[in-house]
Amino acid sequence: MSGVAVQLNDLRRAFGTVHALDGLDLELHPGELIALLGPSGCGKTTALRVLAGLEDADSGSVVVDGRNITGLPANRRDMGMVFQAYSLFPHLTALENVRFGLRLRGRRGGGDRAAEMLDLVGIAEFASRYPHQLSGGQQQRVALARALAISPQVLLLDEPLSALDAKVRVQLREEIKRIQTEVGTTTLFVTHDQEEALAVADRVGVMRAGRLEQLGEPADVYLRPVNAFVADFVGLSNRLPGRLDGEAVEVFGTRLPLVSPGSAGPDVIALVRPESVDVTPDPDGSGRVLTAGFLGPMSRVTVAVGDLVVIAQVDSGRMADLPPGTAVRLDLRPVPVALDDAAPRDRPFRS
Amino acid sequence: MAGVIARRRRRQRVLRWVVLAVLGAFFVLPLVAMVEFTTRGDQDTWRLLVDWPLLSQTYPALADGIVASLGQAGLTALLMLVLLVPTAIWVRLRLPGLRRLVEFICLLPLTIPAIVLVVGLAPVYAWVNYLLGGSALTLTFAYTVLVLPFAYRAIDAGLSAIDVPTLAEAARSLGAGWGTVIWRVVLPNIRSAVLSAAFLTVALVLGEFTIASLLNRTNLQVAINFLGKSSATMSVAVSLATLLLVFVLLLLLSLLGARRRGAGS
Amino acid sequence: MAEKVITPDLVALRPGVRGHRGRGVARTRSLLGVVPFFAYVTIFLIIPTLVVVIGAFASDQGGFTLANLAALREAYILQAFGRSILLSAVTAVIGAVFGALLAYALVTAKPGGLLRRAVTAASGVLAQFGGVTLAFAFIATIGLSGFVTVFLRDDLGIDPYAGGVWLFELPGLILVYTYFQIPLMVIVFLPALDGIRPQWREAAESLGGTTWTYWIRVAGPLLLPSFLGSTLLLFANAFSAYATAAALVSQGNPIIPLQIRGALTSEVLLGQQNLGKAMALGMVVVVAVVMTLYALLQRRTARWLA
Repeated sequence: MSGVAVQLNDLRRAFGTVHALDGLDLELHPGELIALLGPSGCGKTTALRVLAGLEDADSGSVVVDGRNITGLPANRRDMGMVFQAYSLFPHLTALENVRFGLRLRGRRGGGDRAAEMLDLVGIAEFASRYPHQLSGGQQQRVALARALAISPQVLLLDEPLSALDAKVRVQLREEIKRIQTEVGTTTLFVTHDQEEALAVADRVGVMRAGRLEQLGEPADVYLRPVNAFVADFVGLSNRLPGRLDGEAVEVFGTRLPLVSPGSAGPDVIALVRPESVDVTPDPDGSGRVLTAGFLGPMSRVTVAVGDLVVIAQVDSGRMADLPPGTAVRLDLRPVPVALDDAAPRDRPFRS
Repeated sequence: MAGVIARRRRRQRVLRWVVLAVLGAFFVLPLVAMVEFTTRGDQDTWRLLVDWPLLSQTYPALADGIVASLGQAGLTALLMLVLLVPTAIWVRLRLPGLRRLVEFICLLPLTIPAIVLVVGLAPVYAWVNYLLGGSALTLTFAYTVLVLPFAYRAIDAGLSAIDVPTLAEAARSLGAGWGTVIWRVVLPNIRSAVLSAAFLTVALVLGEFTIASLLNRTNLQVAINFLGKSSATMSVAVSLATLLLVFVLLLLLSLLGARRRGAGS
Repeated sequence: MAEKVITPDLVALRPGVRGHRGRGVARTRSLLGVVPFFAYVTIFLIIPTLVVVIGAFASDQGGFTLANLAALREAYILQAFGRSILLSAVTAVIGAVFGALLAYALVTAKPGGLLRRAVTAASGVLAQFGGVTLAFAFIATIGLSGFVTVFLRDDLGIDPYAGGVWLFELPGLILVYTYFQIPLMVIVFLPALDGIRPQWREAAESLGGTTWTYWIRVAGPLLLPSFLGSTLLLFANAFSAYATAAALVSQGNPIIPLQIRGALTSEVLLGQQNLGKAMALGMVVVVAVVMTLYALLQRRTARWLA
């Protein structure tokens, strides 16, 4: 089954004075998984629900596979949906839940397809269990199977992993990616967890206040954020003072290329990722280690430089050399950085 | 723009108001009728009702009934609290195994209708008459049993909302005796639940008729019923007044609950 | 920090420290704490219940007999049971249907809003509004000189009592009982309605379901146990009611609770006392069965809609 193209055109939705959607334009290519990422209230869930037909947009259109389905009620839209919680019908077994959509379409039985779907999501042995007998992760697998059983044109996932334990979350997102790739359905995945979005998506759309700030592949969004909001929301960023110098910015004595040309200046704030900061013990260094936190394979060190606190990522093997109080030298790698724009928002930049 | 969802919400709103209007009319009608009935013509039923000395003179049985009910309500609330609150706390702290038994017993009166209970109470009350006389206030003993389900549920809900064993352990580790634990540690934290139980008790006692009537004692409802034979208007007026009083009580109760929820969250 | 005083009670908090005998002493002391409660309940609840149960099987001479139970098969008693069951069933169903409708209307309103809180509070009051006061309320409404009766007679020319004074008989009881059955249903059924998650409706829709299929396949089955259980509770409530009937019915004892009253106050027939206990036992059995079914249905509801 190959996916279809989806377009959200200039969607607007206001609740009183709050603009949940403020001119959202989004295109999903056939078969791709787009993650909508953003803080609470940015409109990502509203966008998904408008696409599903569970909410009306004030203006704008929804086009699926070339058809304008804006006025179509939710039950005629041929979409599968997985909710954050309470996805499953509690009075039906896992198998009966998955069969629900099939039976509505007149497939008398549909048991084979349902069993096949449960197998796909790796939960075949729990087919006759009731939702209250399943763990959170298992329930969401069944919900996914149920959504896919009807072979929908679009798959919609509304923060499906947010209510689960951390370890289950990581496990299940890999599963979702695998299944989605195998089945090939165009998918919209809403989440507030940027790590999850980067791990799962073909493209990531970062939203704020009802609009898309940036849409691009995970690596692009992470390494080349178009503005301060994206740089800050996706991954960690240090805010370091620097001097704008033509097409580069000078921070701590190093010239760093820019992701996009800066306009203000010459004094600007550069957004530098922790992994671009090298920390070396140096008795003449201008920095001093404040805290050193072990995080597994990598570790995080905070260094005080004058009034600034800089976060650096350090290989865990070197932690022994960097106890709190050590005098250190900071070197920045020449990786492109974004500038903090205290001025009004830039236009969304697509890469 | 289609507005499918908006259309559905509008339909729900219409249905909601139609249902409320029709059923609301049904429920308001008797209340309106009671007001009309008691203010018909040139009676001064209400003026008489609020004039206590005149009322006791004109309708002594009614006055007796009112006084008896107020006494019963107060005593029952007191007895219920003294009996139930320490027991509920004690069971939680020291005898968790008995909790189901206590719960079962407290819910038993729901399954035993008052009319059945009074049949069995007759011989017991023969002894009560012998020991304590035949005053209407002795109905307190029976009433405490009647309120058990409601009072227990209220107090149990209050105890469930706080972690009694932990509070007790903390107090005990600081040197408190069991009495102090109950009186100064647990009780202040279930104040609103206790008040709920008391309010429910008063509401129930004021509305009780069956046991009082069949044990040949007086109370408010018995008096109203008796009065109905001679003065329909007065009995309706007292009924309305009682209803308003209970409504105010339960309204206070729900406001209390709302405040507790607001403060606790 | 105060010195900790080691008392036997404190030791009892740490089982295993003292020997078995130490624990036994502590446990007896604990049990003492609940003696007042159990003693009270025994005297005023258990003993009366036993009086009824045992008395139903007792003859006038004090021996065991089934005669009282056999006497229950008398026509007038069976008819009274029949009318009680009819009254309870009819008012339970009417109360359940309209109460569920009202509860549904409430649940579609704003959750913390004024409407819902006001109607819920009013239901709480009206559900308790039984007995004598309710009887007089209806007498004032549709009694012989009631507000509505006068309006119908004088303004519309209809005499509601042309066929007989039904208010003080079974039809009147049905009307009056409905007044507290409907609010009771709202109180008992509303929690179940609250337990219906919006996600279920949305899931059903996205899977292609209409409003109709949603109610038939999802909300209906989920609410059925609670609806049935609540109806049963209404049945038990009406079956046990006494005061309203006592105040309304002046002629005869059409329902069982009034028959029991007759047996209690009767001085005409000796041996009526134990017959009253047999009737009371009959009532308890009916109510106990109904309440057990209710409890079982509630458990199912709690699992799905908690």
